[in-house]
Amino acid sequence: MQTQKEIKRLEAIIADLLLEAKTQGASQADAGLNVDNGLSVNVRLGEVETIEHHCSQGLGVTVYFGQQKGSASSTDLSPQSIKETVSAACSIARYSSADSFAGLPDPERLATDFKDLDLHHPWELNAEDAITLATRCEDSARHYHSDISNSEGASVDTYSGIRVFGNSLGFLHGYASTRHSISCSVLGERDGNMERDYWYSVARNKDQLEKVEDIGKKAAERTIQRLGAQSLSTRKCPVLYSAETANSLIGSFLGAISGGSLYRKSSFLLDSLDTKVFPEFIRLYEQPHLLGALGSALYDAEGVATQANDIVADGIVKSYLLNSYAARKLGMQSTGHADGIHNLCITPGDKDFAQLLKQMDTGLLVTELMGQGVNPVTGDYSRGASGFWVEQGVIQYPVQEITIAGNLKEMFQQILAVGNDIDYRSNIRTGSILIEEMAIAGK
Amino acid sequence: MDNTVLQLAKQAILVPTGLQENDIHRVLDQLISGAVDDGDIYIQSSHYESWVLEDGIVKEANHNIEQGAGVRALSGEKTGLAYSDKIELAELLTAAKNVLAIARQGQNAKVAMTPKTGVIKQLYAPLNPLRSLSDQEKVDFLRKIDVETRKIDPRIEQVIISLVGVQEHILIANQGSSLLGDVRPLVRMNVSVIVADKGQREQGSMGGGARSDYNYFFAQDRALGYAQEAVRQALVNLEAIPAPAGSMTVVLGSGWPGILLHEAIGHGLEGDFNRKGTSAFSGRIGERVASSLCTIVDDGTLDNRRGSLSIDDEGTPTQCTTLIENGILKGYMQDRLNARLMGTQSTGNGRRESYAHTPMPRMTNTYMLPGESDPEEILRSVKNGLYAKNFGGGQVDITSGKFVFSASEAYLIENGKITQPVKGATLIGNGPEVLTRVSMVGNDLELDSGVGTCGKEGQSVPVGVGQPTLKIDALTVGGTNV
Repeated sequence: MQTQKEIKRLEAIIADLLLEAKTQGASQADAGLNVDNGLSVNVRLGEVETIEHHCSQGLGVTVYFGQQKGSASSTDLSPQSIKETVSAACSIARYSSADSFAGLPDPERLATDFKDLDLHHPWELNAEDAITLATRCEDSARHYHSDISNSEGASVDTYSGIRVFGNSLGFLHGYASTRHSISCSVLGERDGNMERDYWYSVARNKDQLEKVEDIGKKAAERTIQRLGAQSLSTRKCPVLYSAETANSLIGSFLGAISGGSLYRKSSFLLDSLDTKVFPEFIRLYEQPHLLGALGSALYDAEGVATQANDIVADGIVKSYLLNSYAARKLGMQSTGHADGIHNLCITPGDKDFAQLLKQMDTGLLVTELMGQGVNPVTGDYSRGASGFWVEQGVIQYPVQEITIAGNLKEMFQQILAVGNDIDYRSNIRTGSILIEEMAIAGK
Repeated sequence: MDNTVLQLAKQAILVPTGLQENDIHRVLDQLISGAVDDGDIYIQSSHYESWVLEDGIVKEANHNIEQGAGVRALSGEKTGLAYSDKIELAELLTAAKNVLAIARQGQNAKVAMTPKTGVIKQLYAPLNPLRSLSDQEKVDFLRKIDVETRKIDPRIEQVIISLVGVQEHILIANQGSSLLGDVRPLVRMNVSVIVADKGQREQGSMGGGARSDYNYFFAQDRALGYAQEAVRQALVNLEAIPAPAGSMTVVLGSGWPGILLHEAIGHGLEGDFNRKGTSAFSGRIGERVASSLCTIVDDGTLDNRRGSLSIDDEGTPTQCTTLIENGILKGYMQDRLNARLMGTQSTGNGRRESYAHTPMPRMTNTYMLPGESDPEEILRSVKNGLYAKNFGGGQVDITSGKFVFSASEAYLIENGKITQPVKGATLIGNGPEVLTRVSMVGNDLELDSGVGTCGKEGQSVPVGVGQPTLKIDALTVGGTNV
């Protein structure tokens, strides 16, 4: 097959590169490269706005001279460039300091099982067909409601890429993957005030994308719901994070238990291993080998095998997220997280979204967050938000221009429920999350 | 055009790739022979390096070369972009052929724009930061700053120092002008610290940079200045009490807090959003959008500034564009596409992250001109409120106008005096409203230290911001103390 041949060709480049590193005197090395091709089309108000043909490539190499380390990367894969890139890495390594924790992973932790994770589903899509799909998507949004007044358009994107990774311990593997997405963003206007919202679908296999008309409809529906938004008075109340915003809460947790934050002591969850960070009903577990999932991977950025694992069980932190370096610094073992998490799942409760609204009774439903107001060292949290005011489990009116604040440590403990409305569009798969109480600042 | 700069750019891009100047013209000819309104070729070669010191040692360093060419065709409101990592004639011709497909998508001709002519002023020397120090000197410099930083206070637990240098060569060929080139240096340094006291931990971070080389950090003891500032901020935050919540009078410090203008006003005044009518500022030229104390400009012409460019990424010389004058909305920031469609001229704000991205109207250095008030007098005038001295990042929804930005150092003002430090909090407001509530503007205009990076539609570009001390009569502060 064409793709298999291309993978072999790229693997040979990495093999040559590792050899070159050895020739230039490196005691250890690892190297990766990627080649991506894609098409990206945006249609706005029924007319094509942009057509982008993507084709990019890059390689990166890290060399070790004993425990001195240097890295270099380039977008040029020619033999001459490879020589120069290796030489740049070697030259830098001579000036970096010996670090007793530096080096390749322990050989026995490298992946050896190279089963197919079903990540490669090319979409033979030409620009014409992409335009047709985007147009159908946007049309569906524009005709949803008479208050839809303008559009930022609908986009269809398809990417196909090959990644190859190898190191001087004999690891060498390449694989192909695809990623397709369709998105739509429209504006609504009422009483001179404009609002905008969007929706998107993303998958490795085009057949798993939501129907284009549904994406458009959902974008429009979300926009219409926001019209007439008002601020709230300053208060304390329960907060329900919708599934797509709850994601970021879990993301902050993962950041705080990742090796880099821990050994730098820049985390609000230092020494949290085996301690209770969440209520007992929370289980967070990783499923890196799910077939066809967005975050699936057999190994991390160092070649260390990934494995299905509980990160949190019964509310207790069971594992940090470590690469080899952080693991050595902390006197632990790599957990295969050199490039973060691979399909983090949460055990959902038995309530759906509507039932969670009922459970909250009166409070704030958050559907969008703004800004970066999270202090990773203290867990102090303050972000802009918009969403809906809820009374007796029923949405009353849209709200915006408010902030929600608290401290993540307390917010995690105050989780009352997780919905079964799981959002599968990300590496972190969670449902809506209900938090007992947060501070709302508004008018 | 400064011929030396063009020569240097040609030298750096054409010589190693073997591409001829004629080849570029050939591709451009092919491009504009199609039914297009505009088109360009953007060729880039960037060398980037970073050095990071942590735990007292330089444990990581990286060198990166990024090069390629982007070919763009514009027809009506349509844009076609194709690019290649290979700077070769055959690749460029294929790219041109691919993007010409856009012209076949129905023709929608608009009046072609008259390209601006005139002298291009070179705003920075064609330096190579990567070679301005030897690698040994870079390492020694980082170690020295680390040692000096740790001496500042015994409560310092962790020091991370990064040093980044970039040299970018670009060539731009577009309809209506000869081949243009630029050599863009950029350096950035950052010191971040973690302090610990009685079981409490806090962070502080400060950095700076410019279109210059590493010698910039030696001048005026800048590097050590960053370290002192990072430590000071971290120690202040150790003492911070919960921030108040609700609407109150807010005094914003000078310099980096100008990110307010970038988020609240700047993005909403970018040409693309206004052409499409998706901005809360659309169609409001000539209207009052700020108090008469406010005059705001976007100025890409400041010497050596991080956000400055001699020419933008479409080859248009940058300029100082008045966005708001004495409170009245005056103008938008434009690239060639949006200027053509809105019947005006590019303001030199056409920027792209790289050859692999489409240009868009983007800010350069955005700041408010100084007013008359003494900053002390501004603070004295506030009975109860918040003094926000420094900020992290921000974000805006240009359609609703809602924006946020997060304070990293703030204090309570009580009876005209700064009292207790409070924890970082997000401030939220409405762009078209917030500046109408500016009741005092300080005489202390300051630009930021050269750290800003702006993200829009997935593209990052370096920018600058600035402002004098400002008093805003009502702004929502997102603390926990309800």
